[in-house]
Amino acid sequence: MSIPPATPAPQSPEEGGWDLTIRPTSGWFELHLRDVWRYRDLLWMFVHRDFVAVYKQTILGPIWFFIQPLLTTLMFTVVFSGIAKVPTEGLPPLLFYLAGTTPWNYFATCLTKTSTTFKDNANLFGKVYFPRLITPMSIVISTLVQFVIQLLTFALAIGWYLSKGEALHPQWLMLPLGAPLLLLMLGSLGLGMGLMVSSLTTKYRDLAFLVQFAVQLAMYATPVVYPLSMVPDKYRFWIELNPMTGIIETFRWLHLGTGAFNAHALGWSVCCTMGILLLGVMIFSRVEKSFMDHI
Amino acid sequence: MSQPAISVHGLSKLYRLGELGTGSFAHDLNRWWHRVRGREDPYSLIGKVNDRSSRGNSDYVWALQDLDFEVPQGRVFGIIGNNGAGKSTLLKILSRVTAPTRGEVRVRGRLASLLEVGTGFHPELTGRENLFLNGAILGMRRREIASKLDEIVEFSGVGAYLDTPVKRYSSGMYVRLAFAVAAHLEPEILVVDEVLAVGDVEFQKRCLGKMQNVAGSGRTVLFVSHNLAALRTLCQDGMVLRHGRMMGSGEINAMVDLYLQTSRQSLPEVRWDNPASAPGDDLLRLRAVRVVNAQEPSAVVRIDQALHLEVEYDLLAAHPHISSSIHVLTQGSCAFVAGSTPKPLEPGRYLHRYVIPAHLLNACHYSINIFLIASATQFRVIQREVLDFEATEPARQSDYQGGIIGAVRPAIDCEHHPITPTH
Repeated sequence: MSIPPATPAPQSPEEGGWDLTIRPTSGWFELHLRDVWRYRDLLWMFVHRDFVAVYKQTILGPIWFFIQPLLTTLMFTVVFSGIAKVPTEGLPPLLFYLAGTTPWNYFATCLTKTSTTFKDNANLFGKVYFPRLITPMSIVISTLVQFVIQLLTFALAIGWYLSKGEALHPQWLMLPLGAPLLLLMLGSLGLGMGLMVSSLTTKYRDLAFLVQFAVQLAMYATPVVYPLSMVPDKYRFWIELNPMTGIIETFRWLHLGTGAFNAHALGWSVCCTMGILLLGVMIFSRVEKSFMDHI
Repeated sequence: MSQPAISVHGLSKLYRLGELGTGSFAHDLNRWWHRVRGREDPYSLIGKVNDRSSRGNSDYVWALQDLDFEVPQGRVFGIIGNNGAGKSTLLKILSRVTAPTRGEVRVRGRLASLLEVGTGFHPELTGRENLFLNGAILGMRRREIASKLDEIVEFSGVGAYLDTPVKRYSSGMYVRLAFAVAAHLEPEILVVDEVLAVGDVEFQKRCLGKMQNVAGSGRTVLFVSHNLAALRTLCQDGMVLRHGRMMGSGEINAMVDLYLQTSRQSLPEVRWDNPASAPGDDLLRLRAVRVVNAQEPSAVVRIDQALHLEVEYDLLAAHPHISSSIHVLTQGSCAFVAGSTPKPLEPGRYLHRYVIPAHLLNACHYSINIFLIASATQFRVIQREVLDFEATEPARQSDYQGGIIGAVRPAIDCEHHPITPTH
């Protein structure tokens, strides 16, 4: 069915002075980022709400953040190091796996949680306007709580091994600058991909299950349980294409001092992250205007 | 006339029916597989076509078509229309919840809309925390809320429980708190849906008063209501919508009269055969409502006979508190309300039959609002004036044959006792 174009609006002489114009479609680059800035207080309200909701409802919530990666790491230690004898670049296996799972978990949680934005907030989005981007952004920020708990676990482990005289070389000088940058990249990459998934799954909700599965598989395409140095040449290109590779490897180098810092790999990750985030925000902004009609 | 606060030009909204999809990739794949093998679509709906989709024999329906109107600054502007006339769509576009298909709306000043009170309230947060959260969702800055906090709390009247999680509030307190935030938004333009239908009478009066204050201070209010009396009192101007088109706009009393003339339709039964487009959500779906008089659906009933108002609905998931409620309206106000006792129910189709006794109604035109409610406060389905009927009286055993006023005419006995002997 073709939609005949509307006649152009009459241009009244006292044109201007309008604060808001509501029109059918917006261009790909109308991202309404100024609106997001205007609603920044709401961002903190959502973070606060998520925080309170988790901690008032369960005592196990925060402990779970601590236990879950620890159990996973122990499992990895037994399976990959103990049974499969995957080398860990001369590091204690526990530390090696913690250095991989800590950033990976933050990325994966950001991705899976933001990927259901439209589904989870359909009720709210149907009643009131605010820049929809606020919701996934608040998720990325509230997930920091989980990350910090896991980072502390990791730091304790480093401290324990250092006190035992293990030869670790954390890049003390680079840490204060590097760690926040890596964290920003992890969050942005998770957010960007989550935005894409949430926009593309407004029609097919059951595809969200695939995301969970895909994220689990993707971990094995990232040097989380093995070092990049042991990847055979024929796979190496593909593993290095993965933007998470540069981030995880840099994270490990920064905290444990293994391998060498690879500026190319990190540069590729930075470009990918920015590209994916921009694309995610663009798709999301397209979908947010019309998605209420599809549910 | 002063400058318009809102200018709407050529506004249209097209909805696509039919191929809405099943919302699930697996279902669509299954449907495709059936089609490939030449089988029937396993999800197609058998039975009568939805009234709305049959209009125009197309998969598309214009929820709004070529609306042109202006709302003058500093006035209260009423939007009047039946169910399905496009009021909600218009509100959604104005609130930027959905985008128009074509045309545009231009707005002067900050616009805030209240399609619901308490949007985004979280049960675990305290009253105070929810005030800030809800205010921020409605577009207020944090310090703006903080500076008005005392005023808001006083207006709500729940000051003593401000640091209690709202999950322990009564539904009345909840609504008061929610409305208090909304009432202190102070935008230049306020778009209000029928949020005034909740709360007790005293609170409703305060809300109406607040709205009049808003209008009195040079700001603009867009008001959508079925309460014709409230529309007449509050609004100065208005417009009538019917089937997505504007029937007219102008002075409010003329518009209410226009609405009353054009809206009488008297259907004894409304059914929604397509579960996907039936009013409701993922818990409750309204499937049919009808007026039954002497075992037959009928839009004309006798006031000396009992009358059944039947509500059929689907419950899609087990729920501990399901109830329904009806409003019986006449002449633009509510004659009486009835409700069912909340029950724990398993998924399935249910029928609620409201038995309205003989000798209760007056001989006049009534219409019905239907509500399906979960957990006492969640109005999952709200269908206003979903059907209407004419109550008639049999030949009257009286010398007086003129009209009898009143929303109801219950059979009230008058006992006759002589006090002083006359002989």
